[in-house]
Amino acid sequence: MSFASPMIQEPASVPEPAVAAKVAARNVNVHYAEKHALKDVSVDIPARAVTSFIGPSGCGKSTFLRCINRMNDTIPICRVTGEITIDGKDIYDSRLDVVLLRARVGMVFQKPNPFPKSIYENVAYGPRLHGMARNKTELDEIVVNSLKRASLFEEVKDRLQESGTGLSGGQQQRLCIARAIAVSPEVILMDEPCSALDPIATAKIEELIDELRSNFTIVIVTHSMQQAARVSQRTAFFHLGSLVEEGSTEQIFTNPKDKRTQDYITGRFG
Amino acid sequence: MTGFYYALMVALALGAYFLVRGRAAALANGQTLHSRPSYHGLLAAAQVILPMILIHFAGSVLAARFVEHQALVAMDPALLTDELRRGAAFREIREFAIGRGAANATQALQAGAAMYAYLSALTNWAVLGLGLAVGIAMALFSLRSISGEFRARNRFEQVVRYLLMACATVAVITTIGIVFSVLFETFRFFQKVSPIDFLFGTHWSPQTAIRADQVGSSGSFGMVPLLVGTLLISTIAILVAGPIGLFAAIYMAEYASPKFRAWAKPILEILAGIPTVVLGFFAALTVAPLIREVGTSLGLSVASESALAAGLVMGIMIVPFVSSLSDDVITAVPQSLRDGSFGMGATRSETIKKVVLPAALPGIVSAFMLAISRAVGETMIVVMAAGLAANLSFNPLDAVTTFTVQIKTILVGDQEFDSAKTLAAFALGFVLFFFTLTLNVIALAIVRKYREQYD
Repeated sequence: MSFASPMIQEPASVPEPAVAAKVAARNVNVHYAEKHALKDVSVDIPARAVTSFIGPSGCGKSTFLRCINRMNDTIPICRVTGEITIDGKDIYDSRLDVVLLRARVGMVFQKPNPFPKSIYENVAYGPRLHGMARNKTELDEIVVNSLKRASLFEEVKDRLQESGTGLSGGQQQRLCIARAIAVSPEVILMDEPCSALDPIATAKIEELIDELRSNFTIVIVTHSMQQAARVSQRTAFFHLGSLVEEGSTEQIFTNPKDKRTQDYITGRFG
Repeated sequence: MTGFYYALMVALALGAYFLVRGRAAALANGQTLHSRPSYHGLLAAAQVILPMILIHFAGSVLAARFVEHQALVAMDPALLTDELRRGAAFREIREFAIGRGAANATQALQAGAAMYAYLSALTNWAVLGLGLAVGIAMALFSLRSISGEFRARNRFEQVVRYLLMACATVAVITTIGIVFSVLFETFRFFQKVSPIDFLFGTHWSPQTAIRADQVGSSGSFGMVPLLVGTLLISTIAILVAGPIGLFAAIYMAEYASPKFRAWAKPILEILAGIPTVVLGFFAALTVAPLIREVGTSLGLSVASESALAAGLVMGIMIVPFVSSLSDDVITAVPQSLRDGSFGMGATRSETIKKVVLPAALPGIVSAFMLAISRAVGETMIVVMAAGLAANLSFNPLDAVTTFTVQIKTILVGDQEFDSAKTLAAFALGFVLFFFTLTLNVIALAIVRKYREQYD
């Protein structure tokens, strides 16, 4: 093209989803036994940006998040239909190894869940599983880098051999993030990562999320609308198992198209 | 008489409860009570019951002593100082008094029996009267103490607290009592046999001569063969039960469908309920001959009673201990840890190996320790399947014997309680107790040290 693409002029906070959809979902339905938990959700999640899912409790946002790395497979009564692709490849394809998928799509949970092992062993867990380091030096490097990228290294560098469960809540959660990024995933899913943390620890995690988006595609489920507004570039609003509205964070919070979105973000329910 | 006493007590307590509660309730109409009327009633009932029970116990014990003394005096005052005849004489008096005595009773016996019957009735009535009087007095006292400010609720709380404390004390004191009685007899044993010979001697043959001219029974009390036998059988048992129990627990907790688990777990626990004597004849009649046949066909010499047979069956016996406890601790590992591991792309077996089992390790270790304690203390299977021969042998195909079996062998039948042979049983019991106690302490220490706190 001889002239500048109009895409480049777009402000960074409003990326065009159609261009770089990392994860694409089409007509995803989830049933827990008889309960229809997620209804016909179709959404594109852009690469190297933060997408937040908001909505009242029980609206299906966590359920959808767990579809993206097939964590719902561990629940026997759960049934998923529809299509989810990452880089155009169907992740529910029977030829795909779910274990390898989860190495590409990391997850951080609501409550910090470090393993009852040392800080070092927590981070080295994934690289060891997937044989990512050929020797101790490489493994050390991965561990230190991951801790640095999770802004935890400075605080724990003198006690890498101490138990990960002895850290404070916020440090534990950053350890879990370090653990997730140690396997160099492409997508990181975060299920209410700050709901068990105090405001200062929350601010640190949010800052971290903002730094991580230059390298990772991040999807975050949150109960806090302010958090969604602070950290994400795109926002999707779920209600009663349906995706009500999805768009740039700015648009969702300033100019929602749907009445229910408007009611939710102005605090009329939820 | 006792039944009548307690029936009266219950009636009195019920009466006090309803009367006091009613009074308090009536009082509550006019003013605010600190405690609800039912607490006044409960306190009144407790104040009736506890002193009456105390009086009955103390009174009965005192009365029994007094009656025995007086009856013996009436029969023949010389009996009091004659330790040997005293017990027998009193038994005779009692038998005669309830009409089961011999027809040709002596004059003295008749006098004793008459005194016994008379005083028994008298003291019974005295205890009854005293108890009743105190009960009624306490009920009246409760009735008097009702008032708006009276803190019946707090008082009753204290009564409950002391009651619970008493129960705990009974358990503790019993334990201490048993330990000390064993310890005492063990000391008596060590006055006859040197502790060095006992602890390090390699020959066990507890027969002692009753008459000086008897041959071949000098008695030797080296416990090493028993220790080796016990360790051998316990090791075989834990080698069987450890893997089977642990792997069964992992399957039940991590892989089995809820439906399979629902019927398999109770069945496994039934195994723990099979009486050991039943397992014992299974060991002696089925397993031991089988091992002998297989061993002989392989050209090995197998004793008809072997440590292997006893160990195998004992291993089966303790499988439920290992599996049930391990299953509980594995299930108690928080799901969030498993999710974290799955989320990293670990398979189920990697997750179990690297996250679940390390997290559950303290519990699993203590399950193993409990199972070993059970195996060390088990008697019946060994008696039936491993024999009585105190061979000092590490060969699982030989007949061996254990602490528990020897204790049982020594104490079965008539005993004289001052011979080294009989006292040896107490020394063995003490060693065994010390052994299992050490295991339990180690298990507890491991659990404390490595326990991870999950909230």
